[in-house]
Amino acid sequence: MNARVRGRVRAFLSGYAGGRHFTDRTSIFEEGLVNSLFALQLILFVERDFDLTIADDDLELANFASVEKIAAFVCGKVAVLPRHGTEAWRS
Amino acid sequence: MALIGVSAAHRERQQDVCAFVERVVMPEAERIDREERMPEAIVASAVEKASLGSTDAIGLGLLHEALARGCASLCGIVTVQTMVSSAIARCGTRAQREAWLPRLTSGGAQAAFALTEPEAGSDIAAIGARAVRRGGEYVISGSKRWITAGRSADVFLVVAKVGDAPTAFLLERTRPGLSVRPVAGMLGMRGAMLADLDVVDCVAGDTDVLGPVGGGLSVVGNFALDVGRYCIAWGSVGLGQACLDATLLYATSRKLFGSRLGDHPLTRRKLANMVARIEAARLLCVNAGWLRDQHDPDSVAETCIAKYVAAETCVRAASSALQMHGARGCSRETPVERYFRDAQIMQVIEGSSDVQQLLIAERALAARQSHPLAQDRVSPVFV
Repeated sequence: MNARVRGRVRAFLSGYAGGRHFTDRTSIFEEGLVNSLFALQLILFVERDFDLTIADDDLELANFASVEKIAAFVCGKVAVLPRHGTEAWRS
Repeated sequence: MALIGVSAAHRERQQDVCAFVERVVMPEAERIDREERMPEAIVASAVEKASLGSTDAIGLGLLHEALARGCASLCGIVTVQTMVSSAIARCGTRAQREAWLPRLTSGGAQAAFALTEPEAGSDIAAIGARAVRRGGEYVISGSKRWITAGRSADVFLVVAKVGDAPTAFLLERTRPGLSVRPVAGMLGMRGAMLADLDVVDCVAGDTDVLGPVGGGLSVVGNFALDVGRYCIAWGSVGLGQACLDATLLYATSRKLFGSRLGDHPLTRRKLANMVARIEAARLLCVNAGWLRDQHDPDSVAETCIAKYVAAETCVRAASSALQMHGARGCSRETPVERYFRDAQIMQVIEGSSDVQQLLIAERALAARQSHPLAQDRVSPVFV
């Protein structure tokens, strides 16, 4: 599941990175890969595409620092959520 | 007029707020501007009518349109209330939500968003306010400028740096170390209760931190400003509509060269431009609202576009209204003079038009570079 999540996060990030190279470990914010609005767009993306609600104590920047961190965060969250059976990215 | 995405229920609710605005707000709007003071009862009623926290994005937008049509200052104050309420709802702890949201969404308390500083406006990362960790608490010092509702707010969302990390704090007005100085004589939105805020050795605990330490701009500030841009986009449409309403009234009553002003072709061209541009701006706002209700990441960029276009449209509508009213429009005989001044503010608050243009262009360039079209792979012809 982690690889599929990474793939989707990578695809989303590439739409905002303006062709700049990044790896799964690239620090999205510290490397200046995106503009100041991106944190909000990223949170909306994660919630919508992975059917999650990001609670106040999940809003730590460390959870969203890189593709790797985002995928780990998403996988950690969905592991404790009931499965709807409609999310193809889980399988 | 029917609009895609706007339901009958939305319209019904907007009409209820419009009736309130026409009955309560419009008769007071000139005095609010002249005395530079907003009655607390009007804010409380407006917030209660707006049902902040229980409406969807399109409903929220329509309500801000209705408020700005009557009084742009009131729209500005309710926008800030919406920004802070949304930030608390999204980033606040359960205790913070329980402490503030019932009061803020019912009109029982007012909020202000204290971000701008003397040396940090659009370059907001340059804020100088500091929160120093001392004995398990934060000691906050700094100066905030042009804070809407600063004169009347019960709670301030203050952004200060912990080390290099911008962090948001919720500080009630009575907190020792906070003092406000009213700001008067602004160009427009004179009833928005502006104040400068001085923070001197103000002590805050961990429970006063809103959102993550270091997330004061990227998370909390972003949430608040995104909502603020959206509300001001709709407010710009409302103020533009007020300009159009005033101009239509004048065009049907004023005689010029033996016929009604509205019968002259030049007048009609101006009116047509006003109608079409306001309608186009409204549609962009509806589009942004629809995307927001879908929690679509593109809603952020679409809100920037809506805010930019609506604010520019509002200024053009105000300018046209002023021209059509002639000297009367430059006097206090009609509300057009106030509309003209207030419209300029729409281009500045919650992200200036210049900043919106930068963000819109940056997004377009990044999207094109990330997803080049087929013709981009051919050698450029115009080098």
